[in-house]
Order: sequence, then C-alpha cells, then structure tokens
Amino acid sequence: MVFNTSMTGYQEVLTDPSYAGQIVTMTAPEVGNYGVTTADVESRDVQVAGFVVREQSPIASNWRAEGTLRDYLVSHNVVAIAGIDTRALVRMLRSSGVMRGVIATGRVDPEELVDKARKLPRMEGADLVQTVSCLEPFDYVPPEGDALTLAPSRRGKRRLKVAAYDLGMKYNILRRFAAHGCDVTVYPAKTPAAELLATKPDGVFFSNGPGDPAALDYVIANAREVIESDVPTFGICLGHQVLGLALGARTFKLKFGHRGGNHPVKELRTGRVEITSQNHGFAVDPDSLPSGVEVTHVNLYDGTIEGLRHASRPVFCVQYHPEAAPGPHDADYLFAQFLDAMEAR
Amino acid sequence: MPKRTDLKRILVIGSGPIVIGQACEFDYSGTQACKALRSEGLEVILVNSNPATIMTDPETADRTYIEPLTVSAVEQIIERERPDALLPTVGGQTALNLAVDLAEQGVLDKYGVKLIGASVEAIRLAEDRLQFKDAMRSIGVDVPESSVVKSLPEALEAAARIGFPLIIRPSFTLGGVGGGIAYNIEEFREICERGLKLSPVHEVLVEESVLGWKEFELEVMRDIADNFVVICSIENIDPMGVHTGDSITVAPALTLTDREYQRMRDAGRRIIQRIGVETGGSNIQFAVNPKDGRMVAIEMNPRVSRSSALASKATGFPIAKIAAKLALGYTLDEIPNDITRLTPASFEPTIDYIVVKAPRWAFEKFPQADRTLTTQMKSVGEAMAIGRTFKEAFLKAFRSLELGSSGRLVGQGAGDEDEVSLQQALGIPTDRRMFAVFRALERGWSLDEIHRLTKIDPWFLTQFQQIVELARAIEAVGGRDLSDDLLREAKRAGFSDADIARLAKIDEESLREHRREIGLLPVYKRIDTCAAEFESFTPYMYGTYETECEAAPTQKPKVMILGSGPNRIGQGIEFDYCCCHAAFALRDEGYETIMVNCNPETVSTDYDTVDRLYFEPLTFEDVMAIVERERSAGGEVSCVVQYGGQTPLKLALPLQAAGVKIIGTAPDSIDLAEDRERFAKLLWDLGIPQAASGTATSPQEAVEVAGSIGFPVVVRPSYVLGGRAMAIVYDTAALERYMRHAVQASPEHPILIDKFLEDATEIDVDALADASGGVVIGGIMEHIEQAGIHSGDSSCVVPPFQLSPAHVATIRDYTRRIARALNVVGLMNAQFAIKDDVVYVLEVNPRASRTVPYLSKATGVPLAKIAAKLMIGRTLAELGLTEDLEVSGSFVKSPVFPFVRFPGVDTLLGPEMKSTGEVMGGAESFGSAFAKAMMGAGQVLPQGGTAFISVNNRDKAAAVPIARDLARLGFKLMATRGTAAYLRAHGIDAEIVFKINEGRPHVGDELLNRRITLVINTPLGRESFFDDKTVRSVAMLQGVPAITTLTGAAAAVSAIEAIRREGLSVKALQDYHQKVG
Repeated sequence: MVFNTSMTGYQEVLTDPSYAGQIVTMTAPEVGNYGVTTADVESRDVQVAGFVVREQSPIASNWRAEGTLRDYLVSHNVVAIAGIDTRALVRMLRSSGVMRGVIATGRVDPEELVDKARKLPRMEGADLVQTVSCLEPFDYVPPEGDALTLAPSRRGKRRLKVAAYDLGMKYNILRRFAAHGCDVTVYPAKTPAAELLATKPDGVFFSNGPGDPAALDYVIANAREVIESDVPTFGICLGHQVLGLALGARTFKLKFGHRGGNHPVKELRTGRVEITSQNHGFAVDPDSLPSGVEVTHVNLYDGTIEGLRHASRPVFCVQYHPEAAPGPHDADYLFAQFLDAMEAR
Repeated sequence: MPKRTDLKRILVIGSGPIVIGQACEFDYSGTQACKALRSEGLEVILVNSNPATIMTDPETADRTYIEPLTVSAVEQIIERERPDALLPTVGGQTALNLAVDLAEQGVLDKYGVKLIGASVEAIRLAEDRLQFKDAMRSIGVDVPESSVVKSLPEALEAAARIGFPLIIRPSFTLGGVGGGIAYNIEEFREICERGLKLSPVHEVLVEESVLGWKEFELEVMRDIADNFVVICSIENIDPMGVHTGDSITVAPALTLTDREYQRMRDAGRRIIQRIGVETGGSNIQFAVNPKDGRMVAIEMNPRVSRSSALASKATGFPIAKIAAKLALGYTLDEIPNDITRLTPASFEPTIDYIVVKAPRWAFEKFPQADRTLTTQMKSVGEAMAIGRTFKEAFLKAFRSLELGSSGRLVGQGAGDEDEVSLQQALGIPTDRRMFAVFRALERGWSLDEIHRLTKIDPWFLTQFQQIVELARAIEAVGGRDLSDDLLREAKRAGFSDADIARLAKIDEESLREHRREIGLLPVYKRIDTCAAEFESFTPYMYGTYETECEAAPTQKPKVMILGSGPNRIGQGIEFDYCCCHAAFALRDEGYETIMVNCNPETVSTDYDTVDRLYFEPLTFEDVMAIVERERSAGGEVSCVVQYGGQTPLKLALPLQAAGVKIIGTAPDSIDLAEDRERFAKLLWDLGIPQAASGTATSPQEAVEVAGSIGFPVVVRPSYVLGGRAMAIVYDTAALERYMRHAVQASPEHPILIDKFLEDATEIDVDALADASGGVVIGGIMEHIEQAGIHSGDSSCVVPPFQLSPAHVATIRDYTRRIARALNVVGLMNAQFAIKDDVVYVLEVNPRASRTVPYLSKATGVPLAKIAAKLMIGRTLAELGLTEDLEVSGSFVKSPVFPFVRFPGVDTLLGPEMKSTGEVMGGAESFGSAFAKAMMGAGQVLPQGGTAFISVNNRDKAAAVPIARDLARLGFKLMATRGTAAYLRAHGIDAEIVFKINEGRPHVGDELLNRRITLVINTPLGRESFFDDKTVRSVAMLQGVPAITTLTGAAAAVSAIEAIRREGLSVKALQDYHQKVG
C-alpha cells in the first residue's frame, strides 16, 4: 500500500509497471475527472494491484478522453475503492511506513483481512521484474508526436542506437529517446549483456521497474558487464539502483518511499533545483558508495541520493524520472546528456 | 545567505485605498513582505495612503508614511529616507505603475534607488499588450490574434480583419477598467472610444475572442538562480470572458490531463524567463479551447496579486513572504518551508483537498449598474472555502458569502420564470448566473443544454447536478425518513444543517442534535503544502466530514476571534484590521488565539497571525462545531464577536445561548443599542437628546410614525451595516415606495424611522471602556459632509476643525455616560449630529467601527489592541490610559468610490454607503491634510483654471463665499444661468454656460474640451436629475474633481489654498508619535 502525491496523471500512475503488485492511493481527492486516453498509457496494461481514491468522477470531461476511469478499471479487472479518507490513510503510511494491504467490500471481518494482508509476500527480496519485463526483444516504433509533446532541447547529430533493458519500462522513456533521435531496441531483463553488447549499441539503458533491486542478481551481473564495456550507460529509478549495486554500493528500503511530482532535487554541479517526478521505495545507501562513484543529485526533502556518475567510465543514472509522465519536465536535459555521452565515443 | 549585500534600506510601496480590483490582499502581501525583509535585518520604509491596513501599523516597518501614492510624495520620502532599493511588487498595479513613473521621471536614478523584484522593462513587457504578444510568440507560446490601435479608424480596421466577437482592452488601466466585449460594430465603437480615453497612453488592444474557452491560472515563482516552481494552478469555473476576479474559481485545476498541465507549466517557465522577472512571483493566465486543447497565454502579472493571495491561502505557501526573500538574493532552496520546517521552499505544493473561491458583488448598492460580468472586474470581495471534495468546497464557499435567502442554490423554487428568461440568465454571465444554473438543473434541463448556454465545463455541471439530486432525495424522504446514510452523504457533500433542515422540513437544531447522537461531526484537516507527506507544524485547518481529526486542541485557555467574512461595501478591511489586533493583543496576554474567517485576501487568515487558524464559513453551525472541537481537550473557549462587523455580531446571541462565553460588551448591550425602543428609553433616562424616531413593521405604521415625527425622515432596516437600504424620504409617497422595498429586504426586523436633521454637522466618536467604568475617548471626528451622507462615505477630520469647545465637551460627556450605561467593555462608536446648537445622538454601536484603524494611526494608540485587553479584564488605568487621546496635527480620512466601474451610476452621495475604501492625509493644518487625503483618493485638486459651479436654491447663499475664495485664488468661474445670476448679484463674475438640455456648447462639452478643472454641483432635485448626473459622470471620466456638497467644496478651497501657501511635505508616523515604533 503506497501513496502518490501527484495532482494529475492518474492514468500514467495506474499503468506504470513500477507499481506492479502495489495498491496505490492518490492524495488528490478528485480522481478520474478527465477520463482516460490510450495516448497516455505507460505500459501495455494497468499495473497497480488496487486503487484507492476519495472521490471518483462520474464522467470524463476532456477533449482527449476516450472513456471514464471507472470503465477503464473495470475493463482491466482492477479493484478500486472510493469514498475513503485517503488523507488519514496517507498519514498512517507516513508514520508507520508502507505496509501490505487488502481491499475488500461487503461483510468482512477486519481481523481476517489483517491476517490476509500479513500473509502477502513482502516487497523486500521480491523480484517483480519478471512479471513486467517484455518476453522478446523488439525495436521501438514511436507514435506520431502531437502538440502536447515536449520539444527536446536537441536531437542526436546522427541516429543513435540505444539498447534498453526492460525492467518494467515506462513508455515515455521510449518516447523521450525517440524524440531525441534515438532508435531503441528493448530487451527482456534476463538478456545476457554479451548479447546486447554484440549489437554494438551506442548506449545501454537500464529502465525503471518494480520491487527490490537487491533481488535482481542477474540484472546486476549484466550491469557490471555493461559498465566494464565502457559503452555509455544510463539508468533511471530501478535502473539507477541496479547500476549502484553493480558499482558496489548497497540499497535500502525507504520508510514510505517517494511517489509524486513535486520533490526538489538539486544537481550538485550547477546548484540548480529541479522539480521531479518520483516513484521508488528503495534507494542507494550513501555510506556504501565506493570511491570513483560521485553523487550528482540529492533530494532536498530528505538528502537521499538522486543521481550517480562514475568518475572515469561513461556511466550515470538518476533515481527519479526525467521522462516525467506524470510530472514536470525539468530533468529532460538528462536525455540530451546521454546523447552527449554517446556522441563523445 | 542572500547574495545581495548592497541593500540596507528598502522602500516598499503599498496599494493605496481598497478599490474594486485591489483589496486587502495587498495588505496581506505587503505586511508579509515587510516582516520578511525586517527579519533579514533590513530597514523597511513603507508608503501607503490607506490607514486601515496592518502594513501601516508603526510596528510593521521602521519608517511608515501614510501619504498619497504620487510621484512627488514618494520622491520626498526617498529624499528624506535614502533607501537603497524599491520593492514594487507587493502593492498591486498601483505600486508597479508608481515605480515605473518614478523610474521614468528620473527619481530612482537621481537618488540611486535600485528596483528589486521586477525591472521597469519586465513591468512594461508584461503590461504592454503588443510587446507581450511578440514576446510570447518569440518563445513559442501561442496567443490570441490581435491588434493594438491608437485611434478609432485603426480599431475598425482591426475589427474587420479579426471578426466578431472582439475583446477590447485598454493599456495600463487597473483591473481592466474601460475594457469590454463587443458583439457588434456599435458596441465596438462605444467601448473603443471609452478605452482609448481611459488608457493613460490612449491605446487599446483589439483581440480575437476566446470567449467560452476554459480559463486557467498558474501562480509561479522564480529565483535569481533561475529555479522555477508552480505554487498553485487555478481553474475558473466561469469560462473566458468573465474577469478572473469575478469568476468562481477552483484550485487545483481539475480538468486538465497531466500532459496538458505540464505543457502549461513549461509555458509558465518560459514566460517568466522571457518577461524577465528575475526574482519573485507572477500570475499567468491561459485559455484552453475545450474542443481541441489549443492553449493561448492571455496575460501575466509580474507581481503578487489577488490570485497569489488566494494561492497562498489555498496551499499554505506564503508567496509574498518568499518573494521578498528572493528579492534579496536568496534562492528557493535556501528558504525553509514554515509549515513542514524540515523541507525547503523549492518545491511545488500538492494539495489533498479542493479550494473554491466565490466572488461577492455589491450591485444592490448600485441598482442602475449593469450586472453583466465582463473582462472588467465588478466584485468587491470574495469568500474561499476548503473541502475534501469539489461539492463540499463549493457549497461551503456559497454559504460563506452570507447572501441570506438569495444565496440558496438548491430549492430556489421555480417562480414564474419562463424558459426564455432562464435561457438568458444562463447565457449572459451575471452575479446571479450560478443560481440560474441550479434552477435549470432543478427543472431537469440537460447538461448539454446548460453547457451550450454557459460554456461551463461539463465536469462542474455534473457536480452541480449531483448536488441537486442529493437535495431532491432529501426533499423526497423528508425529515422523518431521512436515513443516517443519506444525511452523511449530504454532510460529506457540503450541505449545511440549514439546507438539510429546510429541504427535509425539520428543525435545524434537532437535526444538529441528531447528528451529535450518531457522531456525525466535522473533523478538521490541516493545510500543510504537501498532502500529509510530512508533518505540519502550523495548525491551519478546515472542516470536513471524514474519519480522522487532526485539530489536536490544547488544554490552554483560548480566545476565538470571529472574522468579518468576504469584503463588502460597509464591511471591509477595517474590521479585518481590528480582528488581527485582537489576535496580537491576546497572544501578548498569554492566550491561545484562534481565528475563524473565510476571506482569503486578509491578514487575519495568514497562519502567522494567530496560534490556530480555521478557514471556515462564519455561520452558527460552522463556528459552534469549532468551539465544540476546541473545548474537547478541556481548554475554555471565549469568543470575540465585536471586531468583525455584522457577521460575527449576528452570531453573538445564538453563541451565547449555546453556552459560549462572549467576552467584552455583553451581547445584550449590543442588542440594546440596536433596539430602537430600548435605546430610546436609555437615552431618555440619561437625558440625552435624540432626533425623534420610531419603528414600523408595516407601510401604514410607517406613514403614521413619519407623520408624527415630521418629514424628512431617515428610514432603514435594523441590523445592517453600511447603510444598506437606508434612505432619506421627503414625503408619504416616497415612504410607501420605500417600505415595500425595504420590508422585503429584512422581514425579521422592523424598520427604523428617524427625523432627518437637515444640514446638521455630523460627528463620529470612538471610545474605549473597561469593566470598571473607565472610559477614554479615542477621538472626535468631524465629518466634512453634513448629516445625511453615510458616515463611511463622508470625509472626516480629527481633531474637529469647526466645533465649539462647548459642543466638544457635551459630546465627551454623552459618550462617557452612554458607554457606562451600556456597560461597554471594549470599543464603542457613537455618532452625533449638531443642529441649531443642540447635540443629538444619532446612533451608538458598542463594537469596533470603521474609523478605528484611522483613529489609531492618527493618535498613535492602537485602540483595537487596547480594547481587546480590556475585554479580558484589564483596566484602562492599568494600561496607562487615563486621559482622552490627543493628536498632534490634523488627520483627514477620505472615502474612495467605485463609480468608474459602473458607468451610468450616479456619483451622488446619500445615506447608503457606496465607498469601497479610504485614505488618510496628515499634516499640520486642516487644509493640507485635506489636500493630501484628496490626492490619496485620486482627486487632484487643481491649482487654477475654471471652476464650474451649479447649486440648488437652498445652497446659493452658502456658495457665495466659496465662489469668492475661488476667484481670489485666481480661478475663472463658470456657472449655470441661475447660479451665475445669483453670484453676479453678489458681485462675483461668472461666465454663463448652458445646462445639458439648454443648448450647445453645454457644460458637458466644456468638460470634454478640458476647459473645466473643478466641478461644484449640489443636487438640483428630481427634474434636473439627469442633467446633474451627466455632468458628474462626465467629470468623473475626465478625472475632474466633482464635489457634491458645499461643505466639501469649502474644504477643497481651503486645501487648494494650503497647497499654495505651504506646499505639501511628508512625515512618518514614527515622527508624529515619538512614543511609538
């Protein structure tokens, strides 16, 4: 059971594979107002295990809407509940930490439900990547851009080939790569690094995804190989944690995680503050960083690591979501930074 | 640390008097800015002409100038004080415009004063429509098609190119004055001509209509390091075409997808960068086409605004305070968030509730005014409400407006309204349109039809429909079968007990009792900027029906101060000022202070002002629920009701009956003073003369009473403020007409009828009284205009300038005796009239009055603070006050009127209050003080030229000395035939000019030709009513002072003379009152 503080973007949240296995509540009380649209999905399915809101919209009111949120959840077989004091729920999660939960209706025995929740597997040590990663490699074909698409600060000087590990990748990462002029091939999480590297990509990418990074020994091993290849490497969220682990750092579980679109992150080199899109329950432990790994970004709320860079190898990664969706576009420059690294080779 | 170390002394410019479009939000932001700057060790020099502000309290700044906001006055202040920098962004458009003038006239350069917060270039770029559009296009932000024109032919050409409907916006006018929407060439011609005239640069923008598009606002901030945050998004329920100040608005934006919202945010960042606001906050307005999502930027204000005050209250993020710190060179991440303490200000607030703001208009004061809402703001105040759902916030906002039975949304009854008139009521936006939406829904009109007519987003209409359906369900089951589930649903949707009781036809109190039995009580949630992600340390709360309460009341003894609700004419910033002072004083005295208010513009709803803030409607139900919650931990709750005007006074008796301790003057004494018969008996017993009076509950009775008193009489409903529905009646027919109208206005209370004392001098007195019988008179204020003009609309002066010592002594004596007889503890205001050498009592109000802040500034003694201490049992002697207060110098308070907003409305004054705000002028002599007050009120008295005089027969004799003085001062005189003949007969030469209906060129032509510099025009009576009215209206639009009373004219003459003789100098409050500051 986790909470997200974004005031817009419930559809992106619902379809973000990083939420696989989690019940999500939105702190925003009115949800569903603008309906749903296929253009805004972040993966092929609704990913959350359950959805909790204060008030559901009876209609979809937006020129882009294709249907109501309610019908969408029903057709995707996702349980949701409305009318809840979600603020009380959030305060409980804030003070006691994220916990396992159950949604039930009708005549139910609270004791029994608590028992049921206790029996659910814990997030720590869980490999949820397998459940959301693609089954076969594929070349990403971007959709047509529209008036709402952010113009990239620049496009690659030549077509750049990115090999992306799909640990539960959000579509908007792919859309942003495409907007920056990259051709992306997406690989299942289990693909051996050698196989990827054999295609001679300009860069390798480790995506976001659900669960405990420490449980992903096979991804970590691949990450190590990729790092040593000196192919420019970029990671987001779970990808960042995996790269951290591959570089020799440790990760730990946050009490109630970061989920929302308003966290300030400072880029240490420039001192600039970015408002970021966040979705993670684990983080890289700053005390475990090996030498040669530099912290590039920190979270101004709690001082946690938001970005890392290798001092001598072309490897960098961020804990937050420069692809936004939902959230602000302040960190889109990181895609251009990846272009720089790839073009520098 | 701030990057800038070159700044030691900062000049802050306030926004001047309260006018439509600039209200107490700028006292809130200015006060915050002053406090923030001083907390950084800077010295603050403040200038503002409005005494009824917390910012002009001598404690708020190091040097406080209550002076006219003119280049010459501010230049003198700069010369004396030598500030390093000027912060022009917290005083509205007034301060920005003044800063530009100071820069353009070389004053800032001459004294080496830097502008901080916004540069002249940024101000110009944001304000100049054409430059703004070019700037937007240069950064890829779409704008409506348009053309800037400087003449009518150019305007017509643009109209032909773009096509109707068209929006016309004059450049550089406040709140869009003079703008409008034209659907045809005739309207277009008229609005353009007016706009070209009103624009100081004679320029208007003719623009593609985006009427009916969705309207959004972003409140954004930027720091010196180019960090950018959005504090709040706001969606206007009324689509484009209605000024945002007149729109019902909601935060956050509710109908944008994340991709649309982020596109808007990206545009916001580019806009603030391009306009060049290096540090501070800005408001940016966008329109979005609901059909295809096309987004255009409409305008940008490079300063704090009404919307930023709303955003601050809506999110808990204090924009003005942070903006002031950013101006010193801090970056957002260097400033802590007050509410969470542990996190920085460099973030974007996220809110887990819905905020709705609803405007309040004053059309009842201006019956001839056009109620259509356009791009020119017409509302005088607003209420904000917070709920967990839109429905709850919306219904709470509407009950916060205190509109009585006319504020009912559900169950208005069909009446005899036909289909066509309902269609019209929906199609043309007015102050009453939302009520029409609910009538249409109750009649079962389809959402599509209502949307087609109103263009209100279907999402909101669906919410309204849910409200209507709930109401219908309650009505259908009735009180006996009202299930707890339905009751709970209704309460969670924001229905008040009064609504439910009315719909279910049950008694409100027993409904409330039932709710208590089943535990259906409101809880209080905190406003914390972060949707509970972090702990909050500021008890800033709103009520809602949920499971968990976060109020966490303490066991301390507490005093609850009830605020004054939305601003309206007659109940404005003065009362908020008093409420804040009560809070400051009681906090000093060791009480926990609690504020309840629903006006987002105010200082009282700043979470810094009190220990605990409840942003709630001021109804009995809402207030009592807070009392019960606060009591629950054991701390006793006392209540202050005498500071917030009529709003809390109306609650005094019910609260007392419910067992709430009311401190200060007992509610029964307040009632005694309001109750005509009881009060008349009291005065009789005291042997104090009162104008003959009586009360009536029917027209027949009124005629009888008036007959026995003798015409003329003053008639009014009891329990009103600001002279609502008050009139002077000269004959029986007029009285009967009035009774039919007024009894409707207030059925529960009788009509008061007083003998009208014609040509009497009127006096206001504010006094302090303690429980031991001590009384100190704060000041005796003599009105410039004679009795019959509402005291709020009359200029007044302290000390009195024409009263005899004997009358002053009598007034003091009466005031003391009445205060003791009423057992006043706290403040008391009394109004007297002197006619034929007799002092009469007009009325007494044992509560804070409109003049308290002005008098506090004039005397240097904070009357409201002292009175609050008296209420908790202190005595005047203990507080060191034994003598009546004195002032050094002369202080004039002058009202400011909204007539320019209401073309066609007569500017004539009467017993019904029409002013929105006031200014103060202080000087050594009365003449100079009056001149400054006039200047502050925007009336520049001419130093020469031609004075036009036209007075009624009764006034002719008194006009002679005024005309003679004007002639002596070198004015040429012009008069209508009758007046001119009379003046000539007394040896004064005056050029004869035609009245408007006599031929041409008439006086209107002479005004338009700018031959006349001063108008003195007393009303000539019914037959020439329209003639007078036209003269006054034309004068107003030409900016020529038009004086409608002879006492006012005499004062103006002495002011003109004083300026000649002494010039005008400036003086800080701290210098007037050495002991303060």
